[in-house]
Amino acid sequence: MTTTKYDPRVLKAPHPVPGAPDNWKRFFTFNTDAKVIGIQYMGLSLFFLLVGGLLAMVMRGELITPPSDLVDPTVYNGLYTMHGTVMLFLFLFPILNGFNNLLIPTMIGAPDMAFPKVNAAAFWLVPVFSVVLLSSFFVPGGPASAGWWSYPPVSIQNPLGHFLNGEFLWILAVALSGISSILGALNFVTTIIRMRAPGMGFFRMPVFVWTAWAAQTLQLVGLPALTGGAIMLLFDLSFGTSFFRPEGGGDPVLYQHFFWFYSHPAVYVMVLPVFGIFSELITVYSRKPLFGYKFVAIASFIITFLGLIVWVHHMFYSGTPQWMRNIFIVTTMLIAVPTGVKVFAWLGTLWGGKIRLTTPMLFVLGGVVNFILGGVTGIMLGTAPIDIHVGNTYFVVAHFHYIIFNTIGFGIFAGIYHWFPKFTGRMYYEGLGKIHFVLTFIGATLNWLPMHWAGLYGMPRRVASYDPEFAIWNVIASIGAFMLGVASIPFILNIVSSWARGAKASANPWNAIGLEWLLPSPPPAENFEDDVPTVISEPYGYGLGKPLVKDEEYYIRRSMEA
Amino acid sequence: MTSASQDLNLNHEPGHIKHDGHNLTGFIIFLCSESIIFLAFFSGFALLKLTSPEWLPEGVEGLETKLPLINTIVLVSSSFVAYFAERYLHKENLWGFRALWLLTMAMGTYFVYGQYVEWSELPFSLSNGVFGGTFYLLTGFHGLHVITGILLMALMLFRSFRPNNYAKGDMGVTSVSLFWHFVDVIWIILYILIYVWQRHT
Ligand code: HEM
Ligand SMILES: [Cu+2]
Repeated sequence: MTTTKYDPRVLKAPHPVPGAPDNWKRFFTFNTDAKVIGIQYMGLSLFFLLVGGLLAMVMRGELITPPSDLVDPTVYNGLYTMHGTVMLFLFLFPILNGFNNLLIPTMIGAPDMAFPKVNAAAFWLVPVFSVVLLSSFFVPGGPASAGWWSYPPVSIQNPLGHFLNGEFLWILAVALSGISSILGALNFVTTIIRMRAPGMGFFRMPVFVWTAWAAQTLQLVGLPALTGGAIMLLFDLSFGTSFFRPEGGGDPVLYQHFFWFYSHPAVYVMVLPVFGIFSELITVYSRKPLFGYKFVAIASFIITFLGLIVWVHHMFYSGTPQWMRNIFIVTTMLIAVPTGVKVFAWLGTLWGGKIRLTTPMLFVLGGVVNFILGGVTGIMLGTAPIDIHVGNTYFVVAHFHYIIFNTIGFGIFAGIYHWFPKFTGRMYYEGLGKIHFVLTFIGATLNWLPMHWAGLYGMPRRVASYDPEFAIWNVIASIGAFMLGVASIPFILNIVSSWARGAKASANPWNAIGLEWLLPSPPPAENFEDDVPTVISEPYGYGLGKPLVKDEEYYIRRSMEA
Repeated sequence: MTSASQDLNLNHEPGHIKHDGHNLTGFIIFLCSESIIFLAFFSGFALLKLTSPEWLPEGVEGLETKLPLINTIVLVSSSFVAYFAERYLHKENLWGFRALWLLTMAMGTYFVYGQYVEWSELPFSLSNGVFGGTFYLLTGFHGLHVITGILLMALMLFRSFRPNNYAKGDMGVTSVSLFWHFVDVIWIILYILIYVWQRHT
């Protein structure tokens, strides 16, 4: 009993959720509609990208000359700590939850998340902890400055003796962020398991949903460990315990285990959804089915599993015995296999495809190229001998920015452009988008490519002043950083002006396959409402002539009429 | 709206929207995640105990085990009581459910009281080295869960007096008693780690 009946109500303009205004004001309310929450996450996190970017500009301004003349070294410590924290906890995690909120229900044909109120609560915790974190600039002693990893003993010293200090606020903010992310993860996983459209078996889910599922599973396994570690750290800092204090019999390395047991997987929490975005976009813009769809889907969970057992590669120089290092070198190398599967799937899909170089596709291609480089340096760092040589130098900074910005950041921009018409109902300006891409690509390359050499020649990280022999690399890097700052201008302009006055978007401007493209742009409040289509084949049937949903007429009607 | 959502439930193949099941699925996932926090604390405890140069604070010989043992027995039996309370509910015996549910709450409260007595008699504090810290952290964090459980049970009891809420069992009661069993299992592990293990060192 699955013939879905045609319901003209669904194609009407979005109707407001009861009690919520149907205009921009709804983005400032406690709204339980996943699509509104998604945009709330997006807006807030892009704002914090600017904040984190500004902190980075100050750092790069300092580093443009060898001596420490712009800010003094203590301030510099605070800057990189807050920069790293803002970028990770206030930009990356929230923006990915933005994508999850927008895409998971629409892609699987669910009316909303499983727990809409929990969803809204998880979002509103973000502004709360952002205030907690940023207010640390105003407490005596300044913001936390023990790095975003906050290793003891540095992080538990509290030299001024104030109860309310920067580090205290930092730990509190991280704990709140953990609660928010766990609530989010619970919701996404439950939604994916229980609310798929009829006929949508696991192997008919889009790859983005697979990767989001794998990533959120990692959150559920890893985050509690970090939260446990953070609680212990807070007690050490403020209540006189000595879990991590050697003087009291504690062990600082224990904290590193807690921290990296989460924070290594955390990089996969961030990168997996971006792999999903790459996979979605490459099929659309080269008009071919995703090469090896099932392998790509399963590889996500293999990465999840392996990601959980490699954390010690961040601790090669923390007195880790050699036998233990060897185990973790091997598991680290193993991750290259499922990851390689994905890269080959993308290349295989691109091969012989009809490639359209729209802005999102440019960001995807740029991201994939950068990912290959960042992956190579990652494997280099995964071998203990190289890591012990270049760990704590700019080589590490170069590596993780190649992943975290040049891959993940690029994927996020790609996703924003690609789904912009769907969720705003407007087309963005292609020209501005391309300018954004070019500036970002050149800026990012200038910013982080030279750091590889600076690091190999021995420039240490976390320093406000350095040996003049590294000056040339740093000047180039700073120019790149400022260029990235400039790149945000066309981006913001584009988003704001196209949302206000861009051309109206049709339901399926890219001619893509997927349930979300069967909905009008923007989709109505409960997506398909009671008109949920029955899925009858794998996703990505580009060029195969295979219909995605049972009632082909329905498909055509929806894509034409909306 | 109601007719639309009824359609939603009737018209779709199994596997689609089963609104009832969400809560339980979500709750089970939540418990899995919670158990990892405990796992983190347990492994921290074990690691510190095995490697720490100084474990027990000066003047402390070991922990008294009699009171905790009584506490353990009470808590473990309360899990069975909760189970039978839930059975009554499924058989639509509301008063039976309320009585046993209240008994579970009373046993839980006794456990918290016992914990309080034990804490107030201990010769060391939170800041007495790793041992003090880990002891209070583990038992305190668990105690917090017991209190949460009692509060949740009170909520369920209160709701059972509102008409129609408990016609044929309730997802809320199932979740809360699941939580209670969970808290119980955690306690058993904790008891072994803290009280039994110390005997053999
Ligand atoms: C916008 C351009 C950016 C610039 C110019 C920049 C620059 C820097 C610099 C100079 C450091 C300090 C390295 C050190 O002293 O050891 C750093 C650290 C870091 N950055 Fe960025 N960054 C940028 C964007 C990003 C983005 C987008 C993210 C995350 C999404 C990010 C995440 C991090 C993290 C996690 C650290 C580690 C903190 C640390 O090592 O202390 N950065 N960045
Ligand atoms: Cu790692």
